[in-house]
Amino acid sequence: MATNGKLIQSKRTFLKTSMASVALSAPFVNRAWAQTVELTMLGWYGTAEPDMVGAFEEANNVKFVPKYYAGGDNMLAALAQNPPGTFDIIHTDAEYAKILTAQDLVLELDPNDYPMDDLLHDDFKAFSGHWGAGGELYSLITRFGHLGVSYNKETLTAEEAATYDVFWDPRLTGKVGHFDWHLPTLGQMSLLMGNASPFDIDSAAWDAVQEKTLSLKPQVGGYFDFGGTFAGLKNGEMLAMVGIGDWVTGILERDGAPVSSVVPKEGGIQWTESYSIAKTSEKVDMALKYLAYTMSPEGQVKTAQMLGYPGHAVTKAGRAMLNEVDPTEAARSKQVDGDPQDPITLINEGRIKYRDIPVQQSLEDWNDFWSEYKNA
Amino acid sequence: MKQRLNAFALTFRLPIIIWQAAFFIVPLVFVVAMSFFVVRNFQMVETFEFASWERMLSRNFVWSAYQYTMVMATASAVLASLLAFPAAWYLAFRCSAQTRQVVILLLIIPFFTSYLVRTFSWYTILAESGVLNGAFGLVGLGPYRMLNTAFGTLTGYLTLVMPLVLILQTVTMANIDDRLIQAARNLGCSPLRTIWAVVLPAGKTGFVIAALFAFILSFGDFVAPYYLGGSKPPTLPILIIDTTKAGMQWPRAAVVAVIMMLTLFTIAFAAIMFAYKKRTSR
Repeated sequence: MATNGKLIQSKRTFLKTSMASVALSAPFVNRAWAQTVELTMLGWYGTAEPDMVGAFEEANNVKFVPKYYAGGDNMLAALAQNPPGTFDIIHTDAEYAKILTAQDLVLELDPNDYPMDDLLHDDFKAFSGHWGAGGELYSLITRFGHLGVSYNKETLTAEEAATYDVFWDPRLTGKVGHFDWHLPTLGQMSLLMGNASPFDIDSAAWDAVQEKTLSLKPQVGGYFDFGGTFAGLKNGEMLAMVGIGDWVTGILERDGAPVSSVVPKEGGIQWTESYSIAKTSEKVDMALKYLAYTMSPEGQVKTAQMLGYPGHAVTKAGRAMLNEVDPTEAARSKQVDGDPQDPITLINEGRIKYRDIPVQQSLEDWNDFWSEYKNA
Repeated sequence: MKQRLNAFALTFRLPIIIWQAAFFIVPLVFVVAMSFFVVRNFQMVETFEFASWERMLSRNFVWSAYQYTMVMATASAVLASLLAFPAAWYLAFRCSAQTRQVVILLLIIPFFTSYLVRTFSWYTILAESGVLNGAFGLVGLGPYRMLNTAFGTLTGYLTLVMPLVLILQTVTMANIDDRLIQAARNLGCSPLRTIWAVVLPAGKTGFVIAALFAFILSFGDFVAPYYLGGSKPPTLPILIIDTTKAGMQWPRAAVVAVIMMLTLFTIAFAAIMFAYKKRTSR
């Protein structure tokens, strides 16, 4: 009987405690929700970290909730697999912006809200895939960077690294790493094969790119994601990397590692990042405010200094402010007028091609080859 | 007498049943179904087509990855079983019960930290400029390449499975009647003969289950072959990630996942049948 009594008592206690907990916590939960606006950002790692959004959060009583991805296809997957309204701001690689527009996933933006005339290059004003057929703006270019040859300065000089052929150098056997994504590497191989539009190639040129890439296999030491790429270069396991650029070596350089990146004579690939606002967002006003902030000189400086991975400012005012407040980073990243590796100069010289998805083949064809290459 | 349904007790028993149904059986069925879907314009279309199966089964790189994964997982299970055995023997038969308890607690401690963190810590040990090569250098050897190799992958696998295999083997041997071993030795068996004729048969179920766990965990592990093996060549879990990276091909990834599950079901079934098979009398 005593046991039954205890059991009954514990049942009552259990129910009472549960109900009391729910009742007591409800007002606090409600109050917390009412205080701060939450903006959910779907983006590459680092875009919603405190160094990027902290000042905006503080000034506008906003809390960013990041959902990070790696690679445009993962971004599309995240959009497809989450219910509408999950994301407010979408940070995307420019080549995927056109897919967002085609799938009617993003809101139309007003170009008058942004300093379009202050953009550093005319190409940025009408960037491919960012505008609709009728001249509507859907994605806002916000930062960019260049991919070339990344190398260990204790093994190679900048002059030696100024060609993709250096990846076949006997000193690098087993020490060439790949960032594990087919688009940048195969784009670079396509440039090496002399294709003026590296992502728009016919089947003969595609065959040649595959053959050339396969010949690199004996040199390859591994295929890495973010963490592996950083670690491989930092500990000297990899002496050169295909498919990356200053967005990786810039961070390591800041930490004193003897690595750097150069756009080789065959040309480099540009990664371009943009912001869009999800059509199903219920916090459009705040999201628009953030987009305007990212295009302000202060926002552009933050994007250039981003701790996750550095990029280049897209506005003249942003670049000017970077040179003023952080001349060291401006010089390191060559965002200085007159520097021969100034990213805008490289574009003007025709040495940069904008990264795209394959035009004459499917993404699956390129990815299938990538899997075959990794298994070769 | 018919037992009354105890609602209060059920409240605490049902969650595990619901959990298993919701997070194992339902997803399993969904993965199988998904392998028959197709992707059009980056969006998954729910249909019943064999396109993904045809495509994946006809690709050589899938079978290369399958073969490599099988070899590496088998090597991991065999190596873990062999390397753990002497330590488990010592813990089961040679040390005091108190020491055994302390050591088992120490073996559990690695699980307190993330497997990913433990894997990354191998970078500083296995790198060409790392601790091991530094030690080799002191005696005029090396440097040896250990990261981004099959050795690196195996090191990662063993990091994952060794504590578990060691604990399972220790518990298995601790439950073997010590008098059987003494009798074998008294009758003139050498130590090796004692292990072969007494210990292994008596603890067969435990040893097989330990090796099976090592195989299953290694077979499905993404971290070790990616971060310590440099994805060179890729294993099946890496292939799943690769497949989803391009064109959102989740149905093709589901095909790989189903192949993996079928393989694991078959091997687990065979291993358990072998483990519990009664010895036939001579």
